[in-house]
Amino acid sequence: MSEDTLLEVKDLSVAFTQGGRTGTAVNRISFNIKKGETVALVGESGSGKSVSALSVLKLLPYPAASHPSGEILFRGQDLLSASDNEMRKVRGNEISMIFQEPMTSLNPLHTVERQVSEILKIHRGMSDTAARERVLELLTQVGIREPETRLASYPHQLSGGQRQRVMIAMTLANEPELLIADEPTTALDVTVQAQILKLLKELQAERGMAMLFITHDLGIVEKFADRVCVMTKGEIVEQGLVREIFDNPQHPYTRHLLAAEPKGQPPVQDESRPVVMEADDLKVWFQIKRGFLRKTVGHVKAVDGIDVRVREGQTLGIVGESGSGKTTLGLALLRMISSTGRIAFKGQEIQENSWKEMRPLRRDIQIVFQDPFGALSPRMSVADIVGEGLQVHFPQLSAEERDRKVAGALEEVGLDAETRHRYPHEFSGGQRQRISIARAMVLEPKFVMLDEPTSALDMSVQAQVVDLLRDLQRKHGLAYLFISHDLKVVRALANEVVVMRQGKVVESGLAADVFDNPQTDYTKALMAAAFRLETAEEGVVSE
Amino acid sequence: MNVSTDTPLPVTSAAPKRPWLSPINQRRLANFKANRRGFWSLWIFLLLFFLAMGAEFLTNDRPILVSYKGELLLPVFIEYPEEKFGGFLAVTDYRDPYIQEEINADGWMLWPPVRYSYRSVNKEIPVPAPAPPSWTMDKEQRCSRYPQGVEDPNCVIGNWNWLGTDDQGRDVLARLVYGFRISVLFGLALTLASSVIGIAAGAVQGFYGGWVDLIFQRFIEIWTAIPTLYLILIVSSVLAPGFWTLFTILLAFSWVALVGVVRAEFLRGRNFEYISAARALGVSNRVIMWRHLLPNAMVATLTFMPFILNGSISTLTALDFLGFGLPPGSASLGELLAQGKNNLQAPWLGITGFIVISLMLSLLIFIGEAVRDAFDPRKSLA
Repeated sequence: MSEDTLLEVKDLSVAFTQGGRTGTAVNRISFNIKKGETVALVGESGSGKSVSALSVLKLLPYPAASHPSGEILFRGQDLLSASDNEMRKVRGNEISMIFQEPMTSLNPLHTVERQVSEILKIHRGMSDTAARERVLELLTQVGIREPETRLASYPHQLSGGQRQRVMIAMTLANEPELLIADEPTTALDVTVQAQILKLLKELQAERGMAMLFITHDLGIVEKFADRVCVMTKGEIVEQGLVREIFDNPQHPYTRHLLAAEPKGQPPVQDESRPVVMEADDLKVWFQIKRGFLRKTVGHVKAVDGIDVRVREGQTLGIVGESGSGKTTLGLALLRMISSTGRIAFKGQEIQENSWKEMRPLRRDIQIVFQDPFGALSPRMSVADIVGEGLQVHFPQLSAEERDRKVAGALEEVGLDAETRHRYPHEFSGGQRQRISIARAMVLEPKFVMLDEPTSALDMSVQAQVVDLLRDLQRKHGLAYLFISHDLKVVRALANEVVVMRQGKVVESGLAADVFDNPQTDYTKALMAAAFRLETAEEGVVSE
Repeated sequence: MNVSTDTPLPVTSAAPKRPWLSPINQRRLANFKANRRGFWSLWIFLLLFFLAMGAEFLTNDRPILVSYKGELLLPVFIEYPEEKFGGFLAVTDYRDPYIQEEINADGWMLWPPVRYSYRSVNKEIPVPAPAPPSWTMDKEQRCSRYPQGVEDPNCVIGNWNWLGTDDQGRDVLARLVYGFRISVLFGLALTLASSVIGIAAGAVQGFYGGWVDLIFQRFIEIWTAIPTLYLILIVSSVLAPGFWTLFTILLAFSWVALVGVVRAEFLRGRNFEYISAARALGVSNRVIMWRHLLPNAMVATLTFMPFILNGSISTLTALDFLGFGLPPGSASLGELLAQGKNNLQAPWLGITGFIVISLMLSLLIFIGEAVRDAFDPRKSLA
């Protein structure tokens, strides 16, 4: 073990025992981190990367989890055999951790000051005044503006980016030697992600901290890490310097990962095709009511005067940060929420239609949702889920015909039709998303709203779903409204793009023009953050 | 994809054989069985319930089977007039020595193990009622009131009062069996009915939310503020209380128990993406509630049910104890307790009532605990 090695993981295995059965989650992995170095652990969901990181701090649910082999040496001390008391001294003090979800990692009932100062009081025994001073210093360092006013804020009063900054302030409070960051930016918008990554990089350079960075995003790894370990199925299949691995991947899985970016060309712009869905001056305003008499004092303008036109066989991409009103716009077009303005489907005005009058049209208008786990009822078999729409819109079909159509739809989205009697939990995320797509496609719709259909999926699965969607569109001449914050996916699918911000259109036009030659500062910043992980100047994007 | 597929797809295999329980239910069953106390309580309760359901075959003042002049008769089910056996009453009293003699002369009869019904009075008790259990007396004393004394054909084990008699000379064991049956049946019916109403009300409130929810919630708050017991006292002074009157009054107040839970589940569930997906498919509200939301709400409901059952049974017992329950003369555990209280010199009344009621309620609570364990999602990881 060389002098400057900070953490050395040797031959580590993690096993989980449940109901008498033992499964291995991590199988004999070894890696080490030197002082001041950033090591990235990359892999798809279920590859065991988070479990490996959690075992460094012994945060797994013992005794359900166990370590059949291996040791974790932190400055020569074996953490696996350390007692709880010794571990407590290490946690938060010498090794800190940032978690993925900033909303749930902060206690919603504690103020920012209390969250951050707690760790100082525990490990340093600081007094209230000393701790407050240090908290202010830390908040300034992590780039929270006017930290004095933020001390008394509760987590729900902060934006996602600010919450993650508070998390980082907490982890830095005791100047750890090693920071473990478990997908710290996955839940954030691209522009905020770029800011957080930049912040982490700066702080690391300032303090000479080592970092173990867990991510599924190869773009981040390439930009950010010194060395990388590629994990799949609980094993590290390849590790080395980032440059070498990206330029010359040896293991087939690494090559597969690197090749997994969504590819392909969107449909060609064709003005001659009939417009399927159009809206003029669409507005969705939510009233803000105050006082005893619930007087309307203002509006949240979720969608504020937007014109949309989607043609047969074409894709309109809607991009923007979270909270920009993308999904609200889509739901308003589908008449799932009330709005004002003109909406027409195949030339037929539908804005004034009642819920009942809409029902026959729902056959032609479908949605695919973001979360493949939430969008399928856990208590229904796949055949029931996919067949539900058929029962509503084709009640004359016999059970056998319906079953045949369900099987056909499943085959079309690339699933084995024999699996249709299983329940959703038996499928992976990508397969579940295919089931969602099959549910929409079985009705042979004309217009499909795709609400972030790839965001919850692994990179390589994303590419497959994108290919599938494009094939289906070509085959059936579908009109897509594709909503996403992931610009790479939008680029692969959409021929027209609308960039939204705070309910308004910032920029719109042909996808090629918007992507390659953005006109507004905001769009430029968005593109820079999404494709090159660069931050924009202050004030252009939200914090 | 076309509506009319020219070449039918080959895959039309029928659903493969799946286990009759989905995996999640299999895990729940395993969790239920893992709670040994609850598991055995269920079996004991089912056994008692099964026996009580056949109370007429266990303790009855009529024979199960009679063969009279070559004809097989079923007095358990059919009321034969006495003239069939040469008497003149509208209903045969099989305990009458004259009738017994008549039947035995021309055939035979098969008695249940205990020859008393809940309302038959034992006229041959040797001491003033309430009489202690027969096994505390010797044969001489037991038979002292029978016409032929020890030699009397009716002074047999079938005419023992195993748990003594109450202050009207009725057999306690018989009243216990019938009382247990009516308590459990009343409890089950009340639980079932209040669950159906409670789930429906909770579902509507949770699903539609807004004004519907607001108005219903305020209504329930006012409704639950009415003291049930006093209302029953008032109503029973006007109406003659019977099974269905009591049932209706109690139901009017017990349905609110589940509303809160079901409403919360529906409120939570209606924003799930698969609910939005179903709405986008054009599925009607009723189907969404029935097929997508109800299964989720059932977990909380099932967990609550054993406790509601317990509550229903103890309410009935309490009313009977106070004398405002089932009509006088009907078998009831509460009335037994009241007798025990009024006849402290006859401890078998109070002790029997106490043991049976506490046993029944404990069994149901243990079963309820096991059900709760079975549906606890956190249990699955342990």
